[in-house]
Amino acid sequence: MKFGVVVFPGSNCDHDAYHATKHVLGQDAEFLWHKDTDLKGSDVLILPGGFSYGDYLRTGAIARFSPIMRDVQAFAARGGPVLGICNGFQILLEAGLLPGAMLRNRSVKFVCAHVNIRVEQTDTPFTCAARKGQVLRIPIAHGEGNYFATPDVLAKLEANRQVIFRYTTPYGEMTDDANPNGSVNNIAGLCNDARNVVGLMPHPERACESALGSADGLVILESAVQSIRDRVLVARA
Amino acid sequence: MRARVFVTLKPSVFDPQGKTIADALHSLGYGGVEDVRQGKYFELDLATAEAAQAKKLAAEVADKLLANPVIESYRIEVE
Repeated sequence: MKFGVVVFPGSNCDHDAYHATKHVLGQDAEFLWHKDTDLKGSDVLILPGGFSYGDYLRTGAIARFSPIMRDVQAFAARGGPVLGICNGFQILLEAGLLPGAMLRNRSVKFVCAHVNIRVEQTDTPFTCAARKGQVLRIPIAHGEGNYFATPDVLAKLEANRQVIFRYTTPYGEMTDDANPNGSVNNIAGLCNDARNVVGLMPHPERACESALGSADGLVILESAVQSIRDRVLVARA
Repeated sequence: MRARVFVTLKPSVFDPQGKTIADALHSLGYGGVEDVRQGKYFELDLATAEAAQAKKLAAEVADKLLANPVIESYRIEVE
């Protein structure tokens, strides 16, 4: 199977995502330039972290109008799995592929640290290989990860089980101290209605090898591989 | 014509930057500044000479790009 890694001007985690999927997972992977309008046969799309367009105006606000985003929207509408990591998550929010918006961290500081996130739901292409309640130790690096949604949107997200990851203690307890940026309901990641588009602020691609301090992020990318393999098996059956 | 677009966070949305600026002003002795909300300001030079058209165009680009309707609202002045 093939991962397509979208490269926007200012993306800086594109090579990490490529390395994790190609060299660690051993899958096919290809970069997709933001001006391209061809997804090159990708089975799964990753919108990587970074500072697309220098974070000018608002994070992700300009990247969402890149030519490739029309194809990303169409791919998502067909049910294709899309993962937005950090700035990629912010782009998905600006594009309206996920609900809500990002505010400046409540500390007004750029936070670079390992955090713990709890897997809330496993019925998405990016958590199907994980265990519900599993706590993953994964790094964050962002200044604007303070997730905001209006109370009605938030209530809908919770009722539909669209919150996929929450910031917790290493023991899976949801506390305010474990929340690194002030996100409402400790939300670290969520999915769309159809559950095929997932965005999260932590960087799983930076936590795929124990030599780098944690391999907990691997389960997120392995889930994508598993979901595509299962889909193929279902199609053949 | 020139359009001025003022984008601000909606009143219900917390503004960490505004809060930090207010705290800094308080530590400088400006206790009389009760609160600060930070926003963005844009000047658009428009090809049209008609105020109504200028306002319509500015509103369109504010809706599409300059403001995020989830968290922000905007005000337009034209001259």
